[in-house]
Amino acid sequence: QEELDMLTYPVESIRNFSIIAHVDHGKSTLADRLLEITGTISKTDRNKQVLDKLQVERERGITVKAQSASLFYSHEGMNYLLNLIDTPGHVDFSYEVSRSLSACQGVILVVDANEGIQAQTVANFYLAFEAQLSIIPVINKIDLKNADPERVEKQIEKLFDIPTDECIRISAKQGTNVEKVLQKVIEKIPPPQCSTADPLKALVFDSTFDHYRGVIANIALFGGEIAKGHKIVSAHTKKRYEVNEVGILTPNEQPTHKLYAGQVGYLIAGMKEVTEAQIGDTLFLYKQPVEPLPGFKSAKPMVFAGMYPVDQTEYNNLKSALERLTLNDSSVTVHRDSSLALGAGWRLGFLGLLHMEVFNQRLEQEYNMSVILTAPTVPYKATLSSAKLIKEYGKDQITIINPAQFPDKLSVSEYLEPTVLGTIVTPHEYIGKIITLCQDRRAVQKDMLYIDENRVMLKYLFPLNEIVVDFYDALKSLSSGYASFDYEDAGYQSADLIKMDILLNGNPVEELATIIHNDKAYAAGKLLCERLKETIPRQLFEIAIQAAIGKKIIARETLKAYRKNVVAKCYGGDITRRMKLLKRQAEGKRLMRKIGNVEVPRDAFIRVLKRDTDK
Amino acid sequence: WPYCRKRCSYCSFNTYVVPALDEAAVRACLVRETQTLLRLSQVHSVTSVFFGGGTPSLASPGTLAAVLEAVAGAAHLPAGAEVTLEANPSSTSTSRLAGFRAAGINRLSIGVQSLDDAELRMLGREHTAAEARKAVEAARGLFPGRTSIDLLFGLPGQSRDAWAQRLEAALRLSDDHISLYQLTLERGTALAAQVRGGALPAPPQDLLADMYQTARTVLVAAGFRHYEVSNFARKGALSTHNLSYCQAEQYIGVGPGAHGRFVLRGEGGCSREARVQTLEPVAWMREVQSRGHGTRSRAVLSPLEQLEELLALGLRTDEGITHKRWGHFSPQLSLQAVFGAPGEARALQQQGWLVLDSGGLRCTWAGLAVLDSLLPDLLWQLQRA
Repeated sequence: QEELDMLTYPVESIRNFSIIAHVDHGKSTLADRLLEITGTISKTDRNKQVLDKLQVERERGITVKAQSASLFYSHEGMNYLLNLIDTPGHVDFSYEVSRSLSACQGVILVVDANEGIQAQTVANFYLAFEAQLSIIPVINKIDLKNADPERVEKQIEKLFDIPTDECIRISAKQGTNVEKVLQKVIEKIPPPQCSTADPLKALVFDSTFDHYRGVIANIALFGGEIAKGHKIVSAHTKKRYEVNEVGILTPNEQPTHKLYAGQVGYLIAGMKEVTEAQIGDTLFLYKQPVEPLPGFKSAKPMVFAGMYPVDQTEYNNLKSALERLTLNDSSVTVHRDSSLALGAGWRLGFLGLLHMEVFNQRLEQEYNMSVILTAPTVPYKATLSSAKLIKEYGKDQITIINPAQFPDKLSVSEYLEPTVLGTIVTPHEYIGKIITLCQDRRAVQKDMLYIDENRVMLKYLFPLNEIVVDFYDALKSLSSGYASFDYEDAGYQSADLIKMDILLNGNPVEELATIIHNDKAYAAGKLLCERLKETIPRQLFEIAIQAAIGKKIIARETLKAYRKNVVAKCYGGDITRRMKLLKRQAEGKRLMRKIGNVEVPRDAFIRVLKRDTDK
Repeated sequence: WPYCRKRCSYCSFNTYVVPALDEAAVRACLVRETQTLLRLSQVHSVTSVFFGGGTPSLASPGTLAAVLEAVAGAAHLPAGAEVTLEANPSSTSTSRLAGFRAAGINRLSIGVQSLDDAELRMLGREHTAAEARKAVEAARGLFPGRTSIDLLFGLPGQSRDAWAQRLEAALRLSDDHISLYQLTLERGTALAAQVRGGALPAPPQDLLADMYQTARTVLVAAGFRHYEVSNFARKGALSTHNLSYCQAEQYIGVGPGAHGRFVLRGEGGCSREARVQTLEPVAWMREVQSRGHGTRSRAVLSPLEQLEELLALGLRTDEGITHKRWGHFSPQLSLQAVFGAPGEARALQQQGWLVLDSGGLRCTWAGLAVLDSLLPDLLWQLQRA
């Protein structure tokens, strides 16, 4: 099979674009259709979310990793190379979206014809607008009964200042008008402004790990050319590599001889870990350094959770599972940690709660590992006032990610908590309830404006820990699903923080300790105790469940002992069934955590935290 | 006998309500299956026979006699062997009972369930309290000292006082054996649906515990021995059949849905099997007619599984598991070896739920009520040994 000669696609016939949209508005379906129309994949019924390769992505219907595909398309006698970059839609991954966008010259902005503009539509639009990309508005799902494209076009005009006649109405599911979108891409999105004569300058906008070939980096060339044998350098790590292979993605890897400026594809260069090819990094030729592309930042975790093996004998298995899973996810930060009760483990940092859930699910599905997860925490800070501690830590302001590290009030002059600026878009009938919810979460209103006759956009400054667990679900629930939410990092603010312990018959349950704002301590403690009462099975003795701050008990629930637990009839019938049940219970007891005398199911913690979000 | 005239609101047993019945055919099949299974097991001596169901008192005495004859024909049925019939108060007239006695029945278990008409209606029973009383009196006349009554407690809406009254009434009426069952709301029954739908209240756990304790105390005060979780007897009127189950003796189940535990010595087997007969009567009859028995499923029980069953059943009795009985199933590993070392059993002993001594392993008075909380730990300890 002849290798593709990328030289047949000069810069003028290249279009690099991305599809951006709010969650579930049809980004991936549109991508499927575009792949089909251009013959990149054959048209069959089985093309659903083709670019979503991870099992967890396909199951949950979300895109977690950005993928790209090169499409070939003929229009009015010319052959074009269209590079499509599929982006994650979820709020946890906005950094990835911004990096993918920097490799593009335009975007297709997809908006659901019934739902209209939502929070991430707005957030993604601004990302594209600030990057000065051409924007092609597309209104999707016009085939559905409640579609109202005219209304959405007006929203787009009002909020984004784009004339209504520029909107294309499509049904990605059915394929209606999708070809028109391709044509618009060619007409409206400019070709990349770069030259093969320039020195090599490549942006890494994603990377994956392959066991046989090493790290595969997705790159976009901003200048020069790259081929096998070239020696390149990473601007961030300063490490040097030799290129083994370059190619394009269709969407599977297809090697080519060379890649030229303006083109998008992949590169394999003997990198062993994905941390060597971080998103946003710049690659250049050895001895020809260039100005690194702007906007690079190391992944910033927003949510931390402790992860421990169920049994210390599983430690090594979990260690290798974590190593392999993080091979493909450089945005998870890993620190070794240990706890008196749970033994040796890790504290992992995630971009958000979804990121954490997906990670945990992948751990279970792909590596068959069950773990103990402890309270998600956010990175608090404390300005120390005790000379002794300052000396011990070597600085006067520390970051606290494990409740066990929480320094006492007496040694601290100020505690700080991270905040985010959240954007909520909602139909106006829910404003009252949402404002109440936000106030309840200690949020401060920063802006409120009507984006059309029916919908309002609210901006609030939230303490990050107030939204980390179930804010999103609460918001969805009280707005019947119509409100949407997006957020970005907004620095730190002073806060009255305390550490709350949970005790069972006087013994602390380390994995349930939390750092919390003083105002919220009583309510949170009471709720935790109540939920624990329902999660822990009754035992042969009474159990006192308490929430405490230091020595002071602030809430308590009592779980009474079992006084009768024996089945009435045992003979003449299903002894077999009884034995199965008893043996299952025996198995279950093995997996329980023992706190003092009390047997606690392994997943009690997760259940206690997630109770409200269960349906 | 898997047939009933109507289904009670709480019943989830394998029973059928049919408009018409070919009793002769059913009889023939019961006889045939009895012979086949007895031959398969090569049992020499049958220590007890129990006619259950359904409503066995709906069968004619002739059917019962035929089955007993078949038993006596294929094995030795000693003259004093316990032969029990489960009976419904609405099919126990004195004349009918006499017929049963003549057929060979020497013990009667009457499904009284409650002595309150409103409760009986809620349970969907066919009889009134008065009818139940008459039935018990008739039974005591013909089977003195060998009559048992079944009672239910924990009915939706039943108060402590109401239960106390029921107990008293039952004591005035009863002979020397009482079987006491907590009502369980099984999925799929009419009564469970009513409770789930909110039409009837669900009885709280603690109330049920109280009722059970009250019953135990009252019955013991009246001279009864609480010899099994659900069974009380005085003047030595224990049921041999019940005890056999709990000691994991061999038993053969005949009829649709019946369960059995025996070794197929007739086929040269040497392992105890768990067997269930086909549930549906029509299908069962066809199988019996074509190959002599209608066994739907059979599974060999491993030595561990046999011990597990012995443990779970034996601890239901007040005498528990003797060293000798344990040794029969576990010649290598004694009770002491498994449960005597520091571990779950020792901890439970220290907490006062269990006793392990020269008499064997058994629950204490308090332990019996929470047996199902003790068993998982003990099973785990057994598996490790």
